Amino acid sequence: MMPLLPALNPGLLMVVMGLIAVVLPWQRLRQFLLVLTPVFCSVLLLGAERGVDLATIQTLGLNLVLFKVDSLSFIFALAFLIASFLNAIYAMHTDDRLQDGMAMAYAGAAIAATLAGDLMTLFIFWEITAVSSVFLILRAGTKAAYQAAMRYLVIQVFSGVLLLNGLAYVHGDGGDLSLTAFTSFAEPGSVLIFLAFAIKAAFPFLHNWLQDAYPKATVVGAVVLSAFTTKLAIYAFARMFPGFEILIWIGAVMTVFPVFFAVIENDLRKVLSYSLNNQLGFMICAIGIGTPLAINGAAGHAFAHIIYKGLLFMSMGAVLYRVGTVKATELGGLYKSMPWTTIFCIIGAMSISAFPLFSGFVAKSMTMSAVGSGGYTLVWLMLLFASAGVLEHSGIKIPYFTFFGHDAGHRVKEAPFNMLLAMGLAAFICIAIGLPMIGGLGYGWLYGLLPCTAAAVADVCLSSGEAIKTYQPYTLDHVITQMQLLVLAILAFMLLKRAGLYPPERPGTILDTDWFYRKPGYGLAKWSGDVWLKLGPAMTRISAALFHRTFDRLEAAFSPRGALAREGLATTMSVWAAALLGFVMLVVLFAG
Amino acid sequence: MILALTDILPALLVTHAPALLVVAPMVLAPLVAMLPSGRLAWGFAVLGTGFSLIMALVLLGQVQSVEDGAVISYAMGGWAPPAGIEFRIDTLNALVLLLVTGMGFLASIFGWPTIKAEIASAKTSMFFAAYLVCFTGLCGVAATGDAFNLFVFLEISSIATYVLVALGAGRDRRALPAASNYLLMGTIGASFFVVGVGFLFAATGTLNMAELSLRLEDVEDNKAVLAGYAFIFVGLGLKAAMFPLHQWLPNAYAYSPSFVTMFLAATATKVAIYALIRFLFSVFGLEFSFEGASLILILMPMGLAAMIACSFQAVFQTDIRRMLAYSSVAQVGYILLGVSLGTAAGVSAGLVHLVNHGVIKGALFMAVAGAVLVYQGTSLNDFRGLGRSAPWTMTAFGISGLSLIGVPLTAGFQSKFALVQALLEQGWWWAAIVVVFSSVLAVIYMGRVLEAVFFQAPLNPNKRQKEAPLIILLPLWGLVLVNLWIGLNGRFLFGLTDGAAASLFGGGF
Repeated sequence: MMPLLPALNPGLLMVVMGLIAVVLPWQRLRQFLLVLTPVFCSVLLLGAERGVDLATIQTLGLNLVLFKVDSLSFIFALAFLIASFLNAIYAMHTDDRLQDGMAMAYAGAAIAATLAGDLMTLFIFWEITAVSSVFLILRAGTKAAYQAAMRYLVIQVFSGVLLLNGLAYVHGDGGDLSLTAFTSFAEPGSVLIFLAFAIKAAFPFLHNWLQDAYPKATVVGAVVLSAFTTKLAIYAFARMFPGFEILIWIGAVMTVFPVFFAVIENDLRKVLSYSLNNQLGFMICAIGIGTPLAINGAAGHAFAHIIYKGLLFMSMGAVLYRVGTVKATELGGLYKSMPWTTIFCIIGAMSISAFPLFSGFVAKSMTMSAVGSGGYTLVWLMLLFASAGVLEHSGIKIPYFTFFGHDAGHRVKEAPFNMLLAMGLAAFICIAIGLPMIGGLGYGWLYGLLPCTAAAVADVCLSSGEAIKTYQPYTLDHVITQMQLLVLAILAFMLLKRAGLYPPERPGTILDTDWFYRKPGYGLAKWSGDVWLKLGPAMTRISAALFHRTFDRLEAAFSPRGALAREGLATTMSVWAAALLGFVMLVVLFAG
Repeated sequence: MILALTDILPALLVTHAPALLVVAPMVLAPLVAMLPSGRLAWGFAVLGTGFSLIMALVLLGQVQSVEDGAVISYAMGGWAPPAGIEFRIDTLNALVLLLVTGMGFLASIFGWPTIKAEIASAKTSMFFAAYLVCFTGLCGVAATGDAFNLFVFLEISSIATYVLVALGAGRDRRALPAASNYLLMGTIGASFFVVGVGFLFAATGTLNMAELSLRLEDVEDNKAVLAGYAFIFVGLGLKAAMFPLHQWLPNAYAYSPSFVTMFLAATATKVAIYALIRFLFSVFGLEFSFEGASLILILMPMGLAAMIACSFQAVFQTDIRRMLAYSSVAQVGYILLGVSLGTAAGVSAGLVHLVNHGVIKGALFMAVAGAVLVYQGTSLNDFRGLGRSAPWTMTAFGISGLSLIGVPLTAGFQSKFALVQALLEQGWWWAAIVVVFSSVLAVIYMGRVLEAVFFQAPLNPNKRQKEAPLIILLPLWGLVLVNLWIGLNGRFLFGLTDGAAASLFGGGF
């Protein structure tokens, strides 16, 4: 390889390629590049030396580390690369330069942020993810999407602003900006940075942007969005806040509360968005535990999650593309027309529900074991409830209402080949990393990538002081516990459905907590705007009237008549000048 | 590189650079006025401003040749200061001169197509003459070391500006009241300033700024000095469009010829701010107990009010040039906020923004001028879908717009970051919050335009695909590249502003 290449952050390369793609008019060439880039970047990533600053620049008196790899950032970056590869294939049926390019730039920014070696670099790419991803929502072209995109952008940029303020505190306090984990909230800037991450990770009450924006994105957009933003936040938490106990509780709440929304929601992409939230809860909870096993759980879960959540969004995207809706009430019986999509969707559903032999199982087991051995019984029970909930709304509801259930009579074509190919590859990965070890294939491949293994140890693994042990997912009790849970949950679904007690799907909007800031917030903004519009001229009128009477002499002294009578502006301003002069005189006299 | 320039040029040019910088365009002005052809006049204007730019680079090289920044003192006509008029160049002057001449040069290159379209051909030569006079005045303000001379140059530039603004009447009759308003207000500002200088002269007996600063220390409690301070503060504040004395600005920018708007937005208020900084920190100096009070009680609140109120006003504008004009007042607020900190870091941040805002607004107004030239109309609706019809022009507009908001990797981010850092250093976190809030407003008013430009379909679908002429695109993209360069590597600019601030606080003159 050329000597320059090892120092090239693959994410940065992808951002550049994405921007090039935006202006590249030839569809086939562009798509070829977009598929090839992640592959090339993977080579760069695999070849990168671990644990050293590979590229640095000096600016603003800061030392920016543009590229640094360790075992924690490696697994996230690799997952992002795989996702962007699959997404590029999935997007091939469209000819949309802006969407293609921005999807790549967005993925690249997320990767570059993951591979950043200091807070400032992280911040820069953090903001680029926000700005580039908003196009994926905008391209849906509807008014609702436009408004959601604007809300999304404001919130994402606000997160970046918090991060910037936080890092300014860290820097102002003499702290260096390297990515060393915080030890407590007493450290300057830690609270601001925590909040910045929390917004991106969609913590409870900060989560609404996600369910607001993702379901309104384009077919491809939702798939792309589901992979990067939130997982970047998970990475950032694992990096900066491992072992913060508050995360355990936040994570537990986060797994539970979306279940209720997801079960009654009608828009299936919105169901997936809620379920995304719930999955993030598991990872946050694991990061809160902070032991090597838990960190492994969070990272492994994130890896598996990126693939299977992408797969589920892909399958729903294919349905949306062909049928034109993903409302549960309007779907059903699609397995006849879209058999392959059905199979892939079921594989994704079984992965997210953590069936043994699927990727979700080998990843989530680590988190559950870490929580169990940490002695958090209540949390463990909450996670267990949430697991059942996942099965309910993602594992069963999604495939059941779309592909089975009552036949809605849609007779459509199977999804385009490129979509099937992307889904097939994703499904293959879901199974390949979930199987027990058979001839080199199986969960060992995923476990080899984990951040806390004997072979590779990320800094954060040592913070809790616990030893690194190898973990076996396929033990009898793990499998039996999980199967009991799954079978009972399926049984419950069947019984409720039979008895007619399962909450029926109704077309409608479910109010989430964001109502509280969206409606009154919009009202307030509109009201302030009206007030401003009315107040401005009124104030000018009042002041002009006042000034005309009081300062007739001044007016005559300073300006000829005609111009003033027409404009009225110079009067006002000369009065201002006089008033300010008087004020300055007073200040100066009294202070001096 | 700049040092090499000093070596190449003949020694005579180098020694007399401070004078030549100002005199060259001044001498050219009457010459240009007599030229029969507008095109020839344009050529001379480019030459004149280009020459001044080279002189400014030479001065910068000389100032930077010493570690802490040298001070060049040039006695006009050989009359030694304090009796004679002194031109005095330190890092701060050199920086402002570079901004003015650089923008003046780019403006004169870019100006030809828009002037040809907007000014009657019989008036073109006179127009360029007025422009050169205005340019001379601005350079003079930034170069001189004599308080009364500063007033003279300020008036030279202002009077020429009134003419330039009024010439917009060919396109829009509202330029006439705008110019007359500006004339009235500018005259009030100048009168205040000269009254203030008069008070100082009465109290100290000198007009040389360096000498003033020495003698003022002895007459600190003199009420005349206090009155002089107040008059100068308000007079320069008015010229600098300090809130609430900014009301002359929006109309003047909105209705004057495109070329004039672009040049004024990038330079005129900046030079007035320079003069304000010079008087606040060099001539008076922070030892005066009343000065700190006036910074905190007047400059800071006015800066904050400008950032909020004018950003709000920008949000509600439908005319792009008016919107950018209001945004300019808000940006002046940022600069004054930095200055009001009264610390080296604060003034440095203010200066960085002063330069960056010149670059940003210059590019924005250039792009608008280009679009107006080809497509007519300055309202938001006229700009819909232009991203597709004129991608090069509008991409430059977009990048500069993002920079105005303060997006990382652009110059605007560097200055806002420096400003927030300086604010937090003093514990003014509430002011930092206002900065952030005002940035959100900037996102709204710029975002509205960018959305219309890049995402909405054009109002008139038959609009043909046409870029602004190359002669506009070249200086425009030059500015955008400078912007990105500062955004990626601000070391050069920060070095200059830190040096300028250090010399201001290192004992004035």
